Amino acid sequence: MSSADWLAVWLTLKLATVTTVVLLIIGTPIAWWLARTRSRLKQPIAALVAMPLVLPPTVLGFYLLLFLGPNGPAGALTTSFGFGTLAFTFSGLVIGSVVYSLPFVVQPVHNAFEAIGGRPLEVAATLRASAWDRFFTVALPLARPGLLTATVLGFAHTVGEFGVVLMIGGAIPGQTKVLSVAVYDHVEALEYLHAHALSAGMVAFAFTVLLALYAINRRMEPLR
Amino acid sequence: MSGLDVRLRARFGAFQLDVDFTAPGRGITALFGPSGAGKTSVLRCAAGLERAREGRLSLNGQCWQDEARDVFVPSHRRAIGYVFQETSLFPHFSVRGNLEYGWKRTAAGERRIAFEQAVEWLRLGPLLDRGSGTLSGGERQRVAIARALLTSPDLLLLDEPLSALDEEAKAEILPYLERLHQELSVPAVYVSHASDDVIQLADHIVLIEAGRVRAHGPLGELLTRVDLPFSRGDAAGCIIEAVAVEHEAAFRLTYVEFDGGRLAVPASPPIGACVRVHVSARDVSIALAPPSQSSILNVLPARVIDVTEHVPGRALVRLAVGGVVLLARITQKSVSVLGLTPGQPVYAQIKSVALLH
Repeated sequence: MSSADWLAVWLTLKLATVTTVVLLIIGTPIAWWLARTRSRLKQPIAALVAMPLVLPPTVLGFYLLLFLGPNGPAGALTTSFGFGTLAFTFSGLVIGSVVYSLPFVVQPVHNAFEAIGGRPLEVAATLRASAWDRFFTVALPLARPGLLTATVLGFAHTVGEFGVVLMIGGAIPGQTKVLSVAVYDHVEALEYLHAHALSAGMVAFAFTVLLALYAINRRMEPLR
Repeated sequence: MSGLDVRLRARFGAFQLDVDFTAPGRGITALFGPSGAGKTSVLRCAAGLERAREGRLSLNGQCWQDEARDVFVPSHRRAIGYVFQETSLFPHFSVRGNLEYGWKRTAAGERRIAFEQAVEWLRLGPLLDRGSGTLSGGERQRVAIARALLTSPDLLLLDEPLSALDEEAKAEILPYLERLHQELSVPAVYVSHASDDVIQLADHIVLIEAGRVRAHGPLGELLTRVDLPFSRGDAAGCIIEAVAVEHEAAFRLTYVEFDGGRLAVPASPPIGACVRVHVSARDVSIALAPPSQSSILNVLPARVIDVTEHVPGRALVRLAVGGVVLLARITQKSVSVLGLTPGQPVYAQIKSVALLH
């Protein structure tokens, strides 16, 4: 593999890591809210979160491009602060990936929170634990299998991202040229050997990750 | 004002709750009634787990809820201990972790029960390092009771803690609840639909039917009221609170004394112990003169309070024995033959008594 390919691998891992961390931070509260709320907004918000599952990535990327571009609301904001636009930057990619992988993080965590039910939290409340205390000492630990699934799926799904990256990131080496884009470029240039090296690596990665996920979930089951 | 003052009005779905009572600040108060009567809802409101739309709730004068002033103290700021009906141990903690959860969150200055004391009391020492998933039903409930006690509550709320247990586990837990009753000054509210538990444990009853308080008062008083369901069933009877005064070892008997006289009990509580004796209505017969030759040991002078025909042909006679009301279930014919009338002096012959604790 060329150094450009290694750069793409490194960039992909970096993007997936940053995205996963951001997703856990914003996805967990969303999942908690969805699991606990009796608000009428629950269904619309749940649908909104799940949209990236059914939308073509190009559609998602297209709107993100408009949103982040110089004429979009986010673009106008970042430009006014002197950051320029986020389209075709690493930060832009992170934003796109977060939107794209959001359901893969929110749904397992949401399911885990729902599976806990209200009782352990009520018990904690009668044992003098405040709402924050209950969340961190009861809800999060009991949702651990869901959080783990969410982490793995969020990471893996971001690694496998292509359409959104192509629309808002382009293929700037070291900036936005991730692995999937590198494979595409190699194929375009008829460099099948390079494409093979990266693709086979991806296949092995995907299989290993999913296998590990199933194994971990199986081991965690007796805990529930 | 001492005790738990409850005045609540709420709607849970189609169910309407409208209760108003005071549970005394000592002893065990049973919320008793059929399933679905709203007992658990009352308990959950008392704990702050549910919020009634209208009402007031206070413990020993300390306001927990007053909808008129929009006051609602959340559960974690109420000095309660709650034992849930089914297993409620945290699966991600060991027994020790479960016990420490509330203990650590109780300010050191407010702790009235030492950790070791609760552990010893409910015999949890050998279980401390076990995972909560490996315990039997009875063991889990013991941990749950200790966990609640370790928050040093001003009020213990127990939601049918025995109902999810089999007979064996029930028998395992009951002694602990009795000791709770006798040795600990924490008042408790105990939800139950089983009259055996109530007769054994409660001092005070709040009878709840269809979301309303039908009657409330001391256990002995409510058990002998002919207008309430307690006096109708097969288990009808009364309780006598007495003190053990003398052993008769040769016959394995103990004499217990109360203000209406003395009873021989086939058990051996320590002398000086306060005991609760249950006398079934069907074990009490009435004589006009003291029997001279009889197998019945317990004969007490009594006075007829009233006679009620509760099913055709059968009568329930209420007898005053000192300050205690005794129920006797006899035939209508006996009433007529003896010519029983209110105020008449008679002798109550008690065929058997059961020592509850």
